[in-house]
Amino acid sequence: MRRPFVLRHPSVLVFLALLALFTLGVTILSEGMGLGLISTSFVKTLGKTLCLCLIAVAMDLVWGYCGILSLGHFAFFGLGGYMIGMWLMYERTKGIVLDSLVNAPLPPTPEEVRAAIGTQIFGVVGGSEIPVIWTFADSLLAQLALVVLVPGLLALVFGWLAFRSRVTGVYLSILTQAMTLALSLYLFQNDSGLRGNNGLSGLQNVPGLLHLPQSVVSIGFFWASALALGLAYVLAAWLVSGKFGSVVRGIRDDEARVRFLGYDVEAYKLTVFTLTAVLAALAGALYYPQAGIINPAEIAPIAGIYLAVWVAIGGRGRLYGAVIGAAFVSLLSSWFTGGGAPPIDLGVYTIQWTDWWLVLLGLSFVAVTLFAPKGIGGLVDLVLPGSVPDRHGADLGPDQGALREAEQARTEDGK
Amino acid sequence: MTGMLLEVSGVSVTFDGFRAINNLSFQIGRAEMRAIIGPNGAGKTTFMDIVTGKTRPDTGTVVWGEKNQSLLKLSESQIARAGIGRKFQRPTVFEDQTVEENLGMALKEDRRPFAVLLSRPTRATAGRIAELAAEIGLSEHLPRKAGELSHGQKQWLEIGMLLAQDPRLLLVDEPAAGMTPAERDHTTAILREAAKTRAVVVVEHDMDFVRKLNCKVTVLHEGRVLAEGSLDHVTSNQDVIDVYLGR
Repeated sequence: MRRPFVLRHPSVLVFLALLALFTLGVTILSEGMGLGLISTSFVKTLGKTLCLCLIAVAMDLVWGYCGILSLGHFAFFGLGGYMIGMWLMYERTKGIVLDSLVNAPLPPTPEEVRAAIGTQIFGVVGGSEIPVIWTFADSLLAQLALVVLVPGLLALVFGWLAFRSRVTGVYLSILTQAMTLALSLYLFQNDSGLRGNNGLSGLQNVPGLLHLPQSVVSIGFFWASALALGLAYVLAAWLVSGKFGSVVRGIRDDEARVRFLGYDVEAYKLTVFTLTAVLAALAGALYYPQAGIINPAEIAPIAGIYLAVWVAIGGRGRLYGAVIGAAFVSLLSSWFTGGGAPPIDLGVYTIQWTDWWLVLLGLSFVAVTLFAPKGIGGLVDLVLPGSVPDRHGADLGPDQGALREAEQARTEDGK
Repeated sequence: MTGMLLEVSGVSVTFDGFRAINNLSFQIGRAEMRAIIGPNGAGKTTFMDIVTGKTRPDTGTVVWGEKNQSLLKLSESQIARAGIGRKFQRPTVFEDQTVEENLGMALKEDRRPFAVLLSRPTRATAGRIAELAAEIGLSEHLPRKAGELSHGQKQWLEIGMLLAQDPRLLLVDEPAAGMTPAERDHTTAILREAAKTRAVVVVEHDMDFVRKLNCKVTVLHEGRVLAEGSLDHVTSNQDVIDVYLGR
């Protein structure tokens, strides 16, 4: 009989234990549940960071394991956010409308309520009609289903078209980027039905939980984010552990060889791409209620590049690397851009980190790619030698095809 | 059709004006060993590319199996699942994965994503992998990464992966390159054993190795068949002598 899954993969157990400790620690120190040492806004920042870790796990699956450098996963993230945002905004507005009509001489008809909601939500873009895509906005269950279905179907159709035509490498990256840009531009339009550049707002107010203070709601979302990250991590670890993981890593290293073994490479890529798109959408659906607002700028192509940078800095091809990268870089980023880092006075010029942080991030990305392709996660190998077989100095990067050992290279040269 | 497993007829393929294969015809039976020899650029690798679906010919037909199925309509992976296995000239194993994982991936099992996802290692698959590892002399190396193996061991691993697929036709490109004489003998034995139950096509430069295979030989030159028959027959053919010695 085989040992349970987590025992065969101790890193999963370690990760889950650390995540649980972190969640409990933050809860005890928070305003809502405990000592009040951590402000509610910082709890929200940490909860959002967990969601970013979740999309980083998805990115690591699709890029670090399957070799597809997708720059479009933030589009799925944003779509997930919009889908849950529609319900939050509709139900919240409905509550406000009903409250305002409570003293009216006649009870309002459903049509009057709908018209009032339409004016409230879409007045800002010069409309009052509720668009067709908001048909299910009054049902939490339906919108939760759409969180999965809309990004999942988009990924399925996009992936099917792209992989079937055997678009790979940098061309695929550009295609995913183009998809993101197109979606973003579409959402910027006022008649897209999603309030154009205003986006959806007030998402932190959860209908039905309005009597609770934000300090408690924020802890709820924090726990939900931690739970989602833990489950997604176990799922991802399970996916890459068995034969499926073998095939997927084979596709990354030598796609043609996998094909000659009889595997339908396109079907595998499509499976991984769609599944990770759904994970990204779930991350977005948890992120935006904590952020409070979503607008099309969130789906900007640059977001997808950040995601790739996080995973590269954290370490591709190992799941905890992606989590470390996303947490470390995004928290550092908010510290630098939030004015936390003191400016450096060089005499002739003062470095303001709000301006220079992106330059620093770009340089770190280049440095990691050139000098430490394993990323931060590679530090684990220094502490635990033998956890990864010694590759005799040959680097482990998904981009370089089936990697050849130094010994092998020597025999080739000696021919 | 007359009991042939694979029939290639009148196939031509042109790359940028260069005619790599010129009206080539080739047949092989269900349990037969065949060696293909020829100078560099004779079209040996292109021939394999056509059979395995990597290259589409401009004209001609490639017909497979009892149902006379055309291979030209199938994708590479479908052709592999139909029962054609290929070993490349340079060993192409998955260097970042263990010997066991390499063999496991090649085992003849359901290859659809969800079936693979839900498949768990069973005693039967473990037994089959152990059997194959013993046959290719890598029993002690199962947990090692394939990238750490020597050149010869990688060749063995790839032969093992080919056998694991249990194909009906094996296309083998220079199987003995970089092997010691003892290893060559072992390779010869494995290939001859395989040829008892299936078709084996060996592309080889080394005449001594071809002699040991003791099978019918097809000589390719400039993308077409120059001569066919026993090794002694083709080496006494004046055209073949001209091609080989004229270079």
